[in-house]
Amino acid sequence: MPHPAERRLIFEHVDEPGYTTDLPCYLAHGGYEALKKSVARKPEELIDEVKKSGLRGRGGAGFSCGVKWTLVDRKSGKPIYLIVNADESEPGTFKDRYIIHQDPHQLVEGIMITCWANQVRQAYIYIRGEFPRGARLLEHAIAEARAGNFVGPNILGTGYSCEIYVHRGAGAYICGEETGLIESLEGKRPYPRIKPPFFPAVLGLYQCPTIVNNVETLCHVKHIAAMGGEAFARIGTLNNTGTRLLCVSGHVQRPGTYEFESGKITLGRLLNEICGGPRPGRQFKAVIPGGSSSKILRFGERFKVKQRDGTMVDWGVEDIPMDFDSLAACGTMGGSGGVIVMDDSVDIVAALANLNAFYAHESCGQCTPCREGSLWMKKITARMVRGEARPEDGALLKSVADQIAGRTICPFGEACAWPTQSFVQKFGDEFRNYASRPNPGPAATELA
Amino acid sequence: MSSALKPADLITVTIDGREIAVPKGTNMIEAAQVLGIEIPHFCYHSKLSVVGNCRMCLVEMGLPALDPATKQPVMDPATGKPKINWVAKPTIACFTNASPGLHIRTGTPLVRECREGVMEFLLVNHPLDCPICDQAGECKLQEQATGYGRGYSRYIEQKNVKPKRTLLGPRVMLDDERCILCSRCIRFSKEIARDDVLGFIDRGSHSTLACYPGRKLENNYSVNTVDICPVGALTSTDFRFKMRVWFLKTTPSICPESSVGVNTEVWSREGVVYRITPRRNDEVNDTWMADSGRLLYKQVTADHRLREPSVDGTTVAGAEALAQAGALLKAGGVAIVGSGRSSVEEQFLTRKLADAIAAPAWLVSRVGQGDGLLISADRNPNVRGALVTGLIKTVPEAELTELAAQIAAGKIKTVVSIGEDLTAAGLGEAQLNRIAIVYLGTHANATSAGAKVVLPTLTVFEKAGTFINQQFRLQRFAPAVPGPQGAADDLVILAGLVEAAGGGALASDIDGLWTTLASEIKPLATVTYQNLPATGLLLDASDFSDLPFPEDETLHFNPKQ
Ligand SMILES: Cc1cc2nc3c(=O)[nH]c(=O)nc-3n(C[C@H](O)[C@H](O)[C@H](O)COP(=O)(O)O)c2cc1C
Ligand code: SF4
Ligand code: SF4
Ligand code: SF4
Ligand code: FES
Repeated sequence: MPHPAERRLIFEHVDEPGYTTDLPCYLAHGGYEALKKSVARKPEELIDEVKKSGLRGRGGAGFSCGVKWTLVDRKSGKPIYLIVNADESEPGTFKDRYIIHQDPHQLVEGIMITCWANQVRQAYIYIRGEFPRGARLLEHAIAEARAGNFVGPNILGTGYSCEIYVHRGAGAYICGEETGLIESLEGKRPYPRIKPPFFPAVLGLYQCPTIVNNVETLCHVKHIAAMGGEAFARIGTLNNTGTRLLCVSGHVQRPGTYEFESGKITLGRLLNEICGGPRPGRQFKAVIPGGSSSKILRFGERFKVKQRDGTMVDWGVEDIPMDFDSLAACGTMGGSGGVIVMDDSVDIVAALANLNAFYAHESCGQCTPCREGSLWMKKITARMVRGEARPEDGALLKSVADQIAGRTICPFGEACAWPTQSFVQKFGDEFRNYASRPNPGPAATELA
Repeated sequence: MSSALKPADLITVTIDGREIAVPKGTNMIEAAQVLGIEIPHFCYHSKLSVVGNCRMCLVEMGLPALDPATKQPVMDPATGKPKINWVAKPTIACFTNASPGLHIRTGTPLVRECREGVMEFLLVNHPLDCPICDQAGECKLQEQATGYGRGYSRYIEQKNVKPKRTLLGPRVMLDDERCILCSRCIRFSKEIARDDVLGFIDRGSHSTLACYPGRKLENNYSVNTVDICPVGALTSTDFRFKMRVWFLKTTPSICPESSVGVNTEVWSREGVVYRITPRRNDEVNDTWMADSGRLLYKQVTADHRLREPSVDGTTVAGAEALAQAGALLKAGGVAIVGSGRSSVEEQFLTRKLADAIAAPAWLVSRVGQGDGLLISADRNPNVRGALVTGLIKTVPEAELTELAAQIAAGKIKTVVSIGEDLTAAGLGEAQLNRIAIVYLGTHANATSAGAKVVLPTLTVFEKAGTFINQQFRLQRFAPAVPGPQGAADDLVILAGLVEAAGGGALASDIDGLWTTLASEIKPLATVTYQNLPATGLLLDASDFSDLPFPEDETLHFNPKQ
C-alpha cells in the first residue's frame, strides 16, 4: 500500500494486486485515453501543454522537457527521432524498471503522445542489457499496442504512423549518457560526442534531430496530456512540478521506490517517516540524494539557503526538500532520484572505494582526465582500504578529482569526480586518520 | 590559408591579447601557430577529423558580451574595446573554430594547471621505456612532459600492464602500454587509407588498440600510423631498434614511385639510409606516403647494384668506359632510350646527346593501376620532365616497336639505354643481337648483362635533381648519401657522352646546368634550382594539355580539372 504521504501518478498501479502488464488490463484502467485525446489535437498544442506543465527531465539533469522539445531542429527536413532512455544504470536508481516491469503500456502511451507532439515517426527504446525481462515485456506491449492500433501505421485512423523499436544495450553505464547512447544505437562504441556541436536536438541519431528522454519523463507526458499542463504544474512546487519517483536504498528500515509531489517532502521525513528511520541502534551518517554521482551530504551539516522570495533559511540535512533546486542550493543535486543512505556503521573510505571502482570500470576511456583519473582514484582508495593509507591520500584524491571535473568530453567527468570531491571535503578527518582508525571494518578485506 | 582569400573573408580573433585575421572557421591551434603561440596537443592532427579526446589543448575562451536588447557588443569603458565574457570552464582549442570576436588565453594559471593535469594523467600508467623506445627523441609525450608537466610524480600505485608486442600487420608493431589512446591511427586508417581496420577494445584505462577480428593492418599506407602516433606505441618493423633518431640527418627528397611526386624526408647517418618518411606538402601528399615508397632506400645497397664501369663485362676505369661509349656514338646509327625515372636535368642532357648525334629518342612507359591516393597510374616519376625538356613529344608507350623496326631495318647499330631493360620493352634476341648497347643505370638487369659498355649511375638518394609530377609541379630532391665508388653522377656521364660525341662541353653541375635550362626551356625560364620552393613550383602546362596521360584521380589531383 502506498504511504499516505505519497502522491501516485506514475506508480498508480505499481504493486497493485491483480494489475497486469497486458493491454486489456491497461485499457480497463483508462489506458490510451490520453493518446486518443492527444491525436485529436494539434502537435504544437501538446508541446505547449508540456511547456506549461513545467516538467523537468527525470534522467538526471532536470532539464526542462518543454524547452528540450522546442530546441529540436524542425527546419532541417530530416526525420526527427525519439530515443527513450531506459538505460537506468546510475547506482542507487531503480524506478524506470518498475514502470517497465509493471506498467509498460504507460510508457508506450507516453512515447506515442511524445511522438505525435513532435511528429516523430520512429522511436527507439534503449534498454540496458541487464534488463532482459524488461525488454521482453516492452516488445510484448508494443506488439499489443500495434494490434490495438496505438502504434504502427495509421494510428487510431489518423493517417499518422509511428514505430517503436526496442534496442538492448550491452551493459555499460556510459550508454545512459545521451550522446554515448546515440553512438551505441548507431552500432558504435558508446563514446560520448562533443557538445557543441553534437546536441541531439540538432545532430543526434544518424546526425538527425533527436529527442532523448528518460522513461519516467515520458510517463509524465502521458499524465500531462491527460490532465493538462496547468493542472500538472499545480502538483509539486514552483519550478519543480508534478510528482517525482525517489528510490531509497541503504541503511533505512524500509528501502524502496516512492512517489511524492516534487519538493513537498523533506529528506528527513522521507528517511525517518516513510522509510522508517535508521536500523535499530544506528544513526544516519550520510546520504547521497540523487544517484551515486551527486555529492554526498553529511548529517550534521548546515546549509544557509536563499529562498526564491529572498528570505534565508538555515537547513540541516533533514530539512532539505527533495526537489532539484533545493538540493542544488545545498551543493548537491536531485539527479536521478536515487537516495543512498549510510548509517554510522559505514566506513566512508571503503564506501568511496566502492564508488570509485564503479566509475573506473565504467569510464568509456575516450578522454584522458576521466579515463586515467577515475582509475587512479580507484587505486588510491583501494590501497587505503587494503591498509596502506597515508595521511596525504585525501588531499591527493581531491586534487586528482579536481583535475577531472570540468575538463572532459561528457558529464561522466563530473559524475566520477563529485563523489571523491565531496567525500573528502566532508569526511576529511576520516581520510586523514584512516591508517590509524580504531577498528578496520570487514570492508577492508572485501575490497582489497 | 590560401593566398586567394580576400580580406573580407577574414575575421579577427584575439589570442593572448594579440589580434590575428584568419579565415572564418580556422582551427584555433592553427591560428595560434601563425602567431608563434604553441597550443600543445596530442590527438589533433590537421589532416584528420577532430575528436577532442586528449584534452591537452584546453584553453580559456571568451566571446564579446552582447547587449540583449540591441545584440550589439557591450563596450568596456575602461579599455574602449568590447567587453569579453570568459567561459568559466576551459575549452579545447582543437574543436574551437575562429568566429568573430573570439578570444582565447593560453597562458593563464588555469590553462597551465589543465596541462599539468593532463600530462600527469597521461604519464601515470605510461611505462618508463624511453631508454629502449624508438620514439625517444621525437616523442610528443617526452616533449610535452618537459614543456608542460610538473616534473615530479605523485603516483605510487601499480601501473597498468598491457601487451608490449602486438604485430598489427607486417610493418607495424604495437606496444599497448605506450599508447595514449589518441585514436589518430584509427582515424587515419578509416578516413585516409579507407581501411577501417583498427579500433579500441575494453573500457576506461584498460582500453587497448586492436585490429578487428580476423583483420590486419596491412594496407599500403599502414606505416603512416607510425608517423602520426605521437608516442612510441606504433613502431615500424623496418626501423625498430635500428637507430636513435637524433643521430640521423634528414634530406628532403621526392618519392620516385609514381608521378604523384610524394615529398619525402630521407633519414641517414654516415652514408647509410635508415628510413624514409613523408614530408608535408598540402598540395601533393599532405602528410602521407605509401609503405612501398618507404622501402625504396633498400635499392641503395641491393645486391644487384652496379658498382663498377665495365666494357664487354670486364671492369674498367670510368674514363675508359666513357671513351668506348664515345667511339660507339661517333660511329653513328645510334638510338636513345631515355627514362621517365631520370631527373629533368638528366633528361635535358639526354636530349642534348640526341641532338648532338641526331639520334631518335624514346621513353618506356610504366603504367599500372593507380590506388586513388598517392600512387598514380604512371609509375614513372618524371615523364613530364621529358616532355618539358623536349626529349620526347608525346606520352611514351610500353613497347619500343618503332625502335625494333628500325633495328630490323638495319638503321640502328647502337642503343643507349638509360636504366631501361630493353628486353622488358619488347626487344627480342633478333634485335639485341644486331646492336651494341651502352647502358647507364643503377642496377643490373638483362640489358646491362648484355651491354657493350656499362656506366653505373646514382639513385635518387645519392644525387640532386628535379622531377615534374602529374600536376606539372617541379619538385627538387637532394643527395642524402654518397653513391658507390665506381658509380658516377648521371649528369657527369651524360655531359661526358655529349662531349665524346662531339656535342661540345656542357655544364654537369646542377647550378650551371640550370642556367642553360632556364635560358633554353620556356616553362623553366624563371627557375633556379636553389630558389625552388620546398613545396615545388607549378609550371605552365598548356603546351601539353591535349596529351593522353594515363593518370586517374589521386589525392589533390583530378585529371578532369
Ligand atoms: C554518465 C551518465 C549516465 C547517464 N545515465 C542515464 C540513464 O541511465 N538514464 C537516463 O535516463 N539518463 C541518463 N543520463 C542522462 C542523459 O544523458 C540525458 O540527459 C537524459 O536521458 C535526458 O532525459 P530527461 O531530459 O528526460 O531527463 C546519464 C547521463 C550521464 C552523464
Ligand atoms: S568523461 Fe569519461 S565517460 Fe565521458 S567521454 Fe570522457 S572518458 Fe568517456
Ligand atoms: S613513448 Fe615517449 S615517453 Fe613513452 S617510452 Fe617512448 S619515448 Fe618515452
Ligand atoms: S597507437 Fe598511437 S596513434 Fe594509435 S591511439 Fe595509441 S597513441 Fe594514438
Ligand atoms: S588536441 Fe586533443 S583534445 Fe584538443
